Amino acid sequence: MSQKVDNIQPSYPLFRTDEYKDNLANKRAEYEERHPQEQIDEVFQWTTTKEYQEINFNREALTVNPAKACQPLGAVLCALGFEKTLPYVHGSQGCVAYFRTYFNRHFKEPIACVSDSMTEDAAVFGGQKNMFAGLENAKALYKPDVIAVSTTCMAEVIGDDLNAFINNAKNEGHIEQDFPTPFAHTPSFVGSHTTGWDNMFEGIMRYNTLNFMADKEVGSNGKINFVPGFETYLGNFRVINRMMKEMGVDYTLLSDPTEVLDTPADGTFRMYAGGTSYADVKDAPNAITTILLQPWQLEKTKKFVDATWKQEVPKLNIPMGLEWTDALLMKVSELSGKPIPESLEKERGRLVDMMTDSHAWMHGKKFALYGDADFALGMTKFLLELGAEVTDVLVNHANKRWKKACEEVLAASPYGQNATVHIGKDLWHFRSLVFTNKPDFMMGNSYGKFIQRDTFYKGEEFEVPLIRVGFPIFDRHHLHRMTTLGYEGAIYLLTTLVNAVLEQLDKETKGMGTTDYNYYLIR
Amino acid sequence: MAKLRQCAIYGKGGIGKSTTTQNLVAGLAELGKKVMIVGCDPKADSTRLILHAKAQNSIMQMASEAGSVEDLELEDVLKVGYRDIKCVESGGPEPGVGCAGRGVITAINFLEEEGAYDEDLDFVFYDVLGDVVCGGFAMPIRENKAQEIYIVCSGEMMAMYAANNIAKGIVKYANSGGVRLAGLICNSRQTAREDELIMELAAKLGTHMIHFVPRDNVVQRAEIRRMTVIEYEPTAKQAQEYRDLANKIINNKNLVIPTPITMDELEELLMEFGIMEEVDESIVGQTAAAEVAA
Repeated sequence: MSQKVDNIQPSYPLFRTDEYKDNLANKRAEYEERHPQEQIDEVFQWTTTKEYQEINFNREALTVNPAKACQPLGAVLCALGFEKTLPYVHGSQGCVAYFRTYFNRHFKEPIACVSDSMTEDAAVFGGQKNMFAGLENAKALYKPDVIAVSTTCMAEVIGDDLNAFINNAKNEGHIEQDFPTPFAHTPSFVGSHTTGWDNMFEGIMRYNTLNFMADKEVGSNGKINFVPGFETYLGNFRVINRMMKEMGVDYTLLSDPTEVLDTPADGTFRMYAGGTSYADVKDAPNAITTILLQPWQLEKTKKFVDATWKQEVPKLNIPMGLEWTDALLMKVSELSGKPIPESLEKERGRLVDMMTDSHAWMHGKKFALYGDADFALGMTKFLLELGAEVTDVLVNHANKRWKKACEEVLAASPYGQNATVHIGKDLWHFRSLVFTNKPDFMMGNSYGKFIQRDTFYKGEEFEVPLIRVGFPIFDRHHLHRMTTLGYEGAIYLLTTLVNAVLEQLDKETKGMGTTDYNYYLIR
Repeated sequence: MAKLRQCAIYGKGGIGKSTTTQNLVAGLAELGKKVMIVGCDPKADSTRLILHAKAQNSIMQMASEAGSVEDLELEDVLKVGYRDIKCVESGGPEPGVGCAGRGVITAINFLEEEGAYDEDLDFVFYDVLGDVVCGGFAMPIRENKAQEIYIVCSGEMMAMYAANNIAKGIVKYANSGGVRLAGLICNSRQTAREDELIMELAAKLGTHMIHFVPRDNVVQRAEIRRMTVIEYEPTAKQAQEYRDLANKIINNKNLVIPTPITMDELEELLMEFGIMEEVDESIVGQTAAAEVAA
């Protein structure tokens, strides 16, 4: 029963040994009062039917596997993208432990983030004392240049006022008056992680520019600002950097966590690394304009850029796939007066070449997908460009206007005619759709693996493989380093997709003497 | 356009905040000002005299019916009443459940996001529940919201006690931001030397009594008809009182960080005006029976 010290095993394969198998079977028989297997299977089969789907979609009071996370998670990611900035969450400690583990597991990196540990007395008396001690300690211990404050549910429910608390902390000398402390209220029970990113970003911009607009002039620095939004593909930051450098365009990427989320193992721990500098932030209102890479997830930012910076935000979609990357680059070229260089034209040509090479395999393959609003819209667009069919697009946090926009994209393509767009729905709804609409593949974050397991349980022929794209991805390594934006991103996505198709083909045709029709490598 | 002025009305429960606010706002509207009232009280009775309604559908009530706040449109919750006064009620839970303070926060955030604070407005009045019991009820005086606070009080001990407590609350926010005490509104209960007393209290708090609103039954008569006095009987003397208050508020420049007083100072003041008698320490804790025996 016990582990051997020279061969410690995790639950798998340990629980597959006879000893554990017997033990678990006994426990089940003696104590669990389990329903008979036939009954479980009967209910399971029923949950895969159209009839159950209707009941499922009428569900009102419960969310199962929500396909979104909470606001402060996004706020923390946003703050990590600025130079020497410590994300500070005003609220309970457990929440921050969750943000840190979530990012740890996705990025395989340590995440610097603190909380001011509000407990029961703080819930009664308000969290001002926690804020006083928290700011003082965080600054003394971790020596950031900037502390970016967001909130958890607890602080929000009791109505703690960040502006007042932070100013009071300064007035009482816990930190210096001029120590930068941008902040954003990020109640977890409103919106999602993408709202939190948007709020924190607006908070940082507001703090650094709102009262310093007198000497600012749109276009005077000749740069273009890029705002990534809640973005977890490190390659996406890098590809924007690369494309702008190739174009010779002067630009600022506002929030860039690529260094701190990808530190080398060279013996030096870096609590802070890289990030957008505050000199660039303060100069941002002088740019020609600000391009929002995930516009549906940056509504508050857009309002701020419009109203305070007085910049005209160009109407663009997330630069995923061919057409929308074209649109981005042409807009940048128009704004900056710089032509699109040969290197990017070649890259585009390579993508088109790949798309035609793989077309025979992608054509007519059916995909269902879920994730954040802009990703889901961009992915839908690219799938249609590839000639793949889309059956369902599901986004929990998106609004009705987004739904309409997504439906328009689908309606414009012959491959989108049988698709349905779902908002405010969760992965348990998605599970029903996967059973009834039987796509060939589903695309989304790691949480889809349980749906794949369920389809496999129904029967091998019903299995719908999950292609992991999105956030979080815990159960595959290093995918967060990939790129999904630009031509480069499309190349990665197409490679992933077409190889998933071919892998599935191999899986279906590996029978000895049955499906090995010829000796050719490709069936 | 003149800069939007946002004012919050606080005061002890039952003192007449909602009645005073609505009459005063009617007075402002009569003077051609564009005003919005935001009721910040789960009872949702801050706008009935303007709308001639029992109680307006509140933001939280509509949100809970629609499923979430995101499903609401501004026109669902913003009603226009007497002289184009805009009316909104935040609403909140039934007594004993949920969190009314969060309701206020949610409602005000909703109004901001939906653009309720449009550029034409001259005034926004927040009519806030009697006791500032938690952070939620301080939402109207956060940075960039109400900058002027008026406290409605009368010459009664508990009303003055509440006013002093509210002044303490304002100090917490005033030190970090722009919120200021703008004056006491005395809603008369016809106690002796009431005006002098409130002027004295105002002086101690570092502010002024902006207006003394006398007691008049016409207020009740109008209220039965769900109307303000200004609308019900514009020629009444009381209507002029509310107009005077409105004018004084328009011209008010007296904005201060209050200097709340201690309990002892307050009791001294009350004793000076004969509202409270000096405590005879020898009888404290004595039952009637014990007193007879003594």
